[in-house]
Amino acid sequence: MASDPVLSVEDLKTHFFTKAGVARAVDGVSFQVNRGEVLGLVGESGSGKTVTGFSILGLVDPPGQITGGSIRFMGQELVGLSEENWRNIRGRRIAMIFQDPMMTLNPVLRIDTQMMEAVQAHESVTKAQAFERSRDALGLVGIPSPEERLRAYPHQFSGGMRQRVAIAIALLHRPELIIADEPTTALDVTIQAQILFEVQKLCAENGTALVWVTHDLAVVAGLAHQICVMYAGRIVEQGLTDEVLDQPYHPYTAGLIGSIPSHNQRGSRLNQIPGMTPSLLNLPSGCAFEGRCPKATGDCKAQGPLMREVAPSRNLRCFNPLMHSEASHD
Amino acid sequence: MRMPWLVYLIRRFGQASFVIFAMAVLVFLGVFAIGNPIDILIAPDAPPAEMEAAIARLGLDKPLWEQFLIFLGKALQGDLGNSFVYAEPAVSVILARMPATLEIAALALLMAIFFGIPLGVLAGLKPETAVGKSIMAGSIMGFSLPNFWQGLMLILLFSVLLGWLPAGGRGPTEVILGMRISFLSWEGFSHMLMPAFNLALFKMSLVIRLARAGTREVILQDYIKFARAKGLSTQRIVMVHVLKNIMIPVVTILGLELGSMIAFAVVTETVFSWPGMGKLLIDSINRLDRPVIVAYLMLTVFLFVLINLLVDILYSVIDPRVRLSESKA
Amino acid sequence: MSSISHKTILQNWRQSPWWRFFNEFGESRLAVLGLLIFLVLMVSALFAPWITPQNPYDLAQLDIMENMSPPLSESYSIGSYWLGSDDQGRDMLSAIIYGLRMSLGVAATATFLALAIGTAIGILAAYFGGRVDSIIMRLVDLQLSFPAILVALILLAVLGKGVDKVVIALVTVQWAYYARTVRGSALVERRREYIEAAQCLALSHPRIVFMHLLPNCLPPLIVVATIQVANSIALEATLSFLGVGVPITEPSLGLLIANGYGYMLSGKYWIAFYPGIALLIAIIAINLVGDQLRDILNPRLRR
Repeated sequence: MASDPVLSVEDLKTHFFTKAGVARAVDGVSFQVNRGEVLGLVGESGSGKTVTGFSILGLVDPPGQITGGSIRFMGQELVGLSEENWRNIRGRRIAMIFQDPMMTLNPVLRIDTQMMEAVQAHESVTKAQAFERSRDALGLVGIPSPEERLRAYPHQFSGGMRQRVAIAIALLHRPELIIADEPTTALDVTIQAQILFEVQKLCAENGTALVWVTHDLAVVAGLAHQICVMYAGRIVEQGLTDEVLDQPYHPYTAGLIGSIPSHNQRGSRLNQIPGMTPSLLNLPSGCAFEGRCPKATGDCKAQGPLMREVAPSRNLRCFNPLMHSEASHD
Repeated sequence: MRMPWLVYLIRRFGQASFVIFAMAVLVFLGVFAIGNPIDILIAPDAPPAEMEAAIARLGLDKPLWEQFLIFLGKALQGDLGNSFVYAEPAVSVILARMPATLEIAALALLMAIFFGIPLGVLAGLKPETAVGKSIMAGSIMGFSLPNFWQGLMLILLFSVLLGWLPAGGRGPTEVILGMRISFLSWEGFSHMLMPAFNLALFKMSLVIRLARAGTREVILQDYIKFARAKGLSTQRIVMVHVLKNIMIPVVTILGLELGSMIAFAVVTETVFSWPGMGKLLIDSINRLDRPVIVAYLMLTVFLFVLINLLVDILYSVIDPRVRLSESKA
Repeated sequence: MSSISHKTILQNWRQSPWWRFFNEFGESRLAVLGLLIFLVLMVSALFAPWITPQNPYDLAQLDIMENMSPPLSESYSIGSYWLGSDDQGRDMLSAIIYGLRMSLGVAATATFLALAIGTAIGILAAYFGGRVDSIIMRLVDLQLSFPAILVALILLAVLGKGVDKVVIALVTVQWAYYARTVRGSALVERRREYIEAAQCLALSHPRIVFMHLLPNCLPPLIVVATIQVANSIALEATLSFLGVGVPITEPSLGLLIANGYGYMLSGKYWIAFYPGIALLIAIIAINLVGDQLRDILNPRLRR
């Protein structure tokens, strides 16, 4: 049905069973994405956002595995899917864009080989047809003279071009969902803006749902419809982008917003959140942010707060949310 | 752009020539200066008149440096004396047996590649399984156990117990392009199988280890994960993405080891009574046929250096980084 | 008072690197098994004259009528031929133990000599550097680029037969490994401060090299030496099998195998088979020990 969410993640848990202990990389994450919607998954490195993305595609490798929760895609349960079914879905109905395209394109194979194999993996077309599809896809993402470009090797492209190729590959089969894992982090700012714009346009045109994983709030501010802020494997705040950014309730969210350079006065010290993220092997029993939180109380140390709906479409995991006056910024 | 490469080529040629020259000097000194050249080059049972004639012909009464020049000159013409046993030029005795050795060496190389690479990739993809571990254990056995013992076990298993393959000797041969070869008939080929496999075992172990290490490294790369994210089948990922990345180091090492394979043929040919160059060497040592030993040494060194040179050049053609760094050095 | 000092001695022992070394070695049960097997072999080889049922090289003890007996057959003189007898009536078990003695003896001697010579050359190359180093390393590279078996064969062809000639050939083939290994570690150690300090104290060169530099280069050498013992055994066996190794009067395992090789096709497998097994066990046991040593002495894996 049209109103069903494209992706519905509920209480997802992905743990890594290493010799040093169990790292609870994703520990109870829930969110939903609808058709044509963009969800920004924001967090520092080590927050579990990348592992969440991989979990959705079933690409978590040992010693990690999904230990609980459910991932429903178009109504179908993905957790526990057979490898055969997974291969059907990957690249065709759910696509992924990785962070560093130099690493994600095989350096010894040509671009056309890598694009055509993506086409032929899911459709029985001739090589000529696959070549045409690839060429058209490159044209779609704004790469000039695509026919020549196809015969090149990855190292002959610039960073921005390579990422466009990655986006083109993601769009080849018109997937219903794209997971983009920090796709613009490795690029410079001007290219970043271009890519953002193009992705947005393409998703809007095709009705593709998009999960954009990033550590940079500024990137998703103009792009996403809803934001999920992740910390130490859990979502701590969730809601519509404008509402969360205007009025963050969780101290961590406020800290993230405050540390964006443009928010600070020229010459004054950058606001930093003191302390470091806890190791995922040794998470405290109470709130994971307690050690760095300016509003921590005794309750916070004793037990971890649960996710609560504090307003329509607004969820929060905190005992001491910020009041309106505290959170306002310049 | 051509110049640095040409310089590299010339340098390599120079190095190769130097090594061959050095070997020639060593052999010459060994035979003419340290050893008694009369014993080494003239049949011990020749009558005195023949000996006198031989001494004069070989120039053994001349000063040492003149002898060296004569030796060098003759060597360049391919004349390294006559075999005591066969009364023919030593060089032709050896060359007559070269096709036999090359036959099994070539088959062994093919076996090392076509068995070694798949086994190594398999062990790299599933390192913790019983299959992976037994492949690795097998490869360790392959190169730490003495070659001749492996050969004996092969004979015990396939000839004595199972009776599938002949225990030794060469099968029926035909002459093609002036060379005697035996792989064209099934019977001839069946005689080749065990010796070639024995010869291949050592290299195969090496290839398995290389392929396994390469595969384990490649599998962790992002581009493999991306290939999976595209929905590619495991077969495609392994055959195209993984294989292409591990081929270069494997093939390089194999090429360089080709020379030593010819050396190891000595053992294999003895175990299987295969009439190649290697067996000739052993027989000659036992029969004190010294001109053949000397000729074998020079030929092997020459072959060795030639192969190394060719592989180096080939590799520099494939990988331009090699030429450029060499020319700067 | 005395109980306190006993405790401290034990405590000190437990802190020492030796304890840690043995402990880490013991972590691999395979390696410990290998070590035990090797010790058993070594002891049997050493005490061969006393523990074997028969001295196979004393012709008076042989009974030619009992030749070619299969394993576990009865014998008039020695009770039973556990592993059969060969074409001369020699008891295989005794022959194997004596053969082990020769194989191990030659391998150990060759390894020891190659270790001494190679280490000396390598460390000198590293210590003095410059042209000395280049020349020596060129030699090492040249030596290592030729297949060992070929070099050994040619040497033995020139030198003739005899146990001492075999040892010389083995040493010639192997010294380069030690030289290269020790040079590598010595080059690293040479730049460390304790060498600088020793030089500042104006200690003599030999003293610095042998008392300061060398001990710190030992770990990789120990690994190489262990594995080379196994390689020496294999190489000597191969050379003897080919007929250019040890003389027939004091055979090693390789020669025993050569002796029995011809009889294998007519079904009398035990003459070649059991010496082969003994060879195998020796080589594998030593390799197991060497592998574990390599794992615990590898600086990159140091915990």
